[in-house]
Amino acid sequence: MAQKVLMKGNEAIGEAAIHAGCQCFFGYPITPQTEVAAYMSRRMPKVGRVFLQAESEVAAINMVYGAAGAGVRVMTSSSSPGISLKAEGISYIAGAELPCVILNIVRGGPGLGGIQPAQSDYFQATKGGGHGDYKLVVLAPSSVQEMVDFVQDAFDIADKYRTPVMIMGDGMLGQMMEPVEFKERPKKELPEKTWAANGLRGREKHNVINSLFLKPEELEAHNNKLQEKYREIEKNEVRYELYNCDEEMDLVIVSYGTLARICKNAIKMLKKEGINVGLIRPITLWPYPVEAFDKVVDKTKHGFISVEMSCGQMVEDVQLAVNGRKPVHFYGRSGGMVPTPAEIANKIKGIVGGAK
Amino acid sequence: MTVVFDRPKALLDVPTHYCPGCTHGVIHRLVAEVIDELGILDKTIGVAPVGCSVLAYDYFACDMYEAAHGRAPAVATGIKRAVPDSVVFTYQGDGDLAAIGTAEIIHAAARGEKITTIFVNNAIYGMTGGQMAPTTLPGQVTETSPYGRDVKTAGYPIRVAEMISTLDGAVYVERVSVDSVPNIIKAKKAIKKAFEIQLQGLGFSLVEVLSICPTNWGLSPNESVKWLRDNMIPYYPLGVKKDATTGEVK
Amino acid sequence: MANQEIIFAGFGGQGILSMGKFLAYAGLEENLNVSWFPSYGPEMRGGTSNCSVILSDEPIGSPLVVDATTVVVMNRPSLDKFESHVVKGGLLIIDSDLVNREPERTDIEIIKIPAQRIAEEVGSKKIANMVLLGALVEKTKIVKMESLLKALKEHGKEQFYELNKKALERGAEFGR
Ligand SMILES: Cc1ncc(C[n+]2csc(CCOP(=O)(O)OP(=O)(O)O)c2C)c(N)n1
Ligand code: SF4
Ligand SMILES: [Mg+2]
Repeated sequence: MAQKVLMKGNEAIGEAAIHAGCQCFFGYPITPQTEVAAYMSRRMPKVGRVFLQAESEVAAINMVYGAAGAGVRVMTSSSSPGISLKAEGISYIAGAELPCVILNIVRGGPGLGGIQPAQSDYFQATKGGGHGDYKLVVLAPSSVQEMVDFVQDAFDIADKYRTPVMIMGDGMLGQMMEPVEFKERPKKELPEKTWAANGLRGREKHNVINSLFLKPEELEAHNNKLQEKYREIEKNEVRYELYNCDEEMDLVIVSYGTLARICKNAIKMLKKEGINVGLIRPITLWPYPVEAFDKVVDKTKHGFISVEMSCGQMVEDVQLAVNGRKPVHFYGRSGGMVPTPAEIANKIKGIVGGAK
Repeated sequence: MTVVFDRPKALLDVPTHYCPGCTHGVIHRLVAEVIDELGILDKTIGVAPVGCSVLAYDYFACDMYEAAHGRAPAVATGIKRAVPDSVVFTYQGDGDLAAIGTAEIIHAAARGEKITTIFVNNAIYGMTGGQMAPTTLPGQVTETSPYGRDVKTAGYPIRVAEMISTLDGAVYVERVSVDSVPNIIKAKKAIKKAFEIQLQGLGFSLVEVLSICPTNWGLSPNESVKWLRDNMIPYYPLGVKKDATTGEVK
Repeated sequence: MANQEIIFAGFGGQGILSMGKFLAYAGLEENLNVSWFPSYGPEMRGGTSNCSVILSDEPIGSPLVVDATTVVVMNRPSLDKFESHVVKGGLLIIDSDLVNREPERTDIEIIKIPAQRIAEEVGSKKIANMVLLGALVEKTKIVKMESLLKALKEHGKEQFYELNKKALERGAEFGR
């Protein structure tokens, strides 16, 4: 077993990227993810790889476009306002079918907002953000160890499907230290990047990295091809955790990221009062784990509650997944306010009708 | 008898959040005194950046905007075009103006936008905790240039005042410093002139102010002032870079 | 069941974050689940600083401590802010050289330590944090003193090791 070390989320993710063979990192400072760039500025030159602080997030994501098109593993990281600026580039990357990893350590918005933890970029990440019919695979870790493991997965998924993958955490996950282990993992069989535009070097046909299709029938065909790929991802890559969902439940919480851990505390508190609550923790926010709902929908008496650090975003996907079969409730705090376990437990007592 | 240390009317009576010794406060005061002396508080509108001076909107008594990181010159353009008889200034740091906002400042200047920019160059990103700025000196250690800025990979610092002065729309461009009393007096004169250019409707004006960041330079305020003198002034020479009213271009 | 949820709070520069870190390293040494979560904000204004540290033999839920089993405060604003966060029957450790008011709670255990003076006797005011940490570990027994010393040896500055060790020992006397 590899040794466990205590590391900040933002630094662990950098180290994990290096382990995963990330060749280039392009970033721009923004709280609360600046430590990723700082870590990479120290480490990347030491391992003979590229760190570059771009002049803006717009530039950084286009540097990613360039490096990804050349076939190397590349990552960028930012926080909410910076991700908004990257949206254009992400759309181009999705359109040109380039693999890359984008980290968003989310802070409160809209606008300049604040710098404390939030989950208010859910819509931006899962429903678009940039223009056009594209999807981002979105992984939501809830511990520093998961951050590390998911970086490797993210690079693999990106390469396998030629698609951008986002890892979305919140300020807590970026700033906290937890023990982590960098496990040596077997290399995945991945398709060769024959499409990369890295110089002919004897190749006969030139490769072009592009998202322009002026003829409608060609653009539609391209879009259909992207959609097929997304259906494939929906089939293969859905991930979630079910917690305390084996028996009959009074209610099921749906929550992701660090907040899901806080919900687990609330569940323990409620258990002492005789209220049995389960948890669905979506790990892929897109593709959304609809099947998890099918597994528990018949076992929950009062339905579901989406608990979020936002004013109500994921709850819409919960409603779609539940599809009217049971009631769907919502509890959220925003602006960097982190709900406490007691607060969540109280809200739930209000729904299920107090202690029994 | 004149009272020297009265608070300018253009500054509100609130404590600022700046670190001890930081010269952002001095520069605020100079801008405010100029607004007072020109009697333009009523029609002045300021645009704060994203950087340590983000909260400038709480300190200036005139109407204020908070812009997205780097976009202050575009916001100022919108204001000035909508309200042409107002006096509009932006107050921006080096990350804000010379990294993410390079396009906006260059085009505002090239258009000859009748606004005034106060550009605070402290050779670092203060607010986010001391990362490399476009103005960080070669060899300077920052959080993202831990081995010193290496010009082979991170390139060279940008001399903003010189660059802006090449644009025909820029009417008045000067670099000043706030490291000493004589220099502070010169800085105020430059800021006043920049506002006057705008009041005369002549075009774009910019004053680059060399400033200290004791917190992220890891130096005491006194050491910082010395560091500015010994390192920044040689790289960023002080003086008028362009004055189209006299035909002076340096 | 071993479980401690601790808030360390004081001014920036007092070593608030590092005392939390050393305790977390000691917990890791003993194979406990640990988490360390700092307050974070803009770099400006040498303001207040705090961190949440959890050591537990169960998986850790929220890394943000709200109901603390122990609170350590190194200034008055921190006492004002966090006194109410100590759980009933919990522990409050105060640097009495820096906090100029008496705590109000009567349902918790309180240890007052003139940590600045003691640290100065040992060698430097800078290690007052270690005096307080010594009392915490001795009182709560959340980790063994050897584990903490090992953490200091591995993750602290070599030249401060002996001083830190002394400070911990002096602090431990208050935890007995
Ligand atoms: C789009 C976007 N990217 C990044 C940030 C984070 N950010 C806040 S202030 C700042 C740099 C400030 O440096 P500078 O302009 O030099 O001002 P100083 O603090 O030094 O006065 C950055 C990168 C942001 N708020 N928005
Ligand atoms: S961090 Fe630097 S620029 Fe910002 S207030 Fe402090 S000294 Fe001034
Ligand atoms: Mg700056």
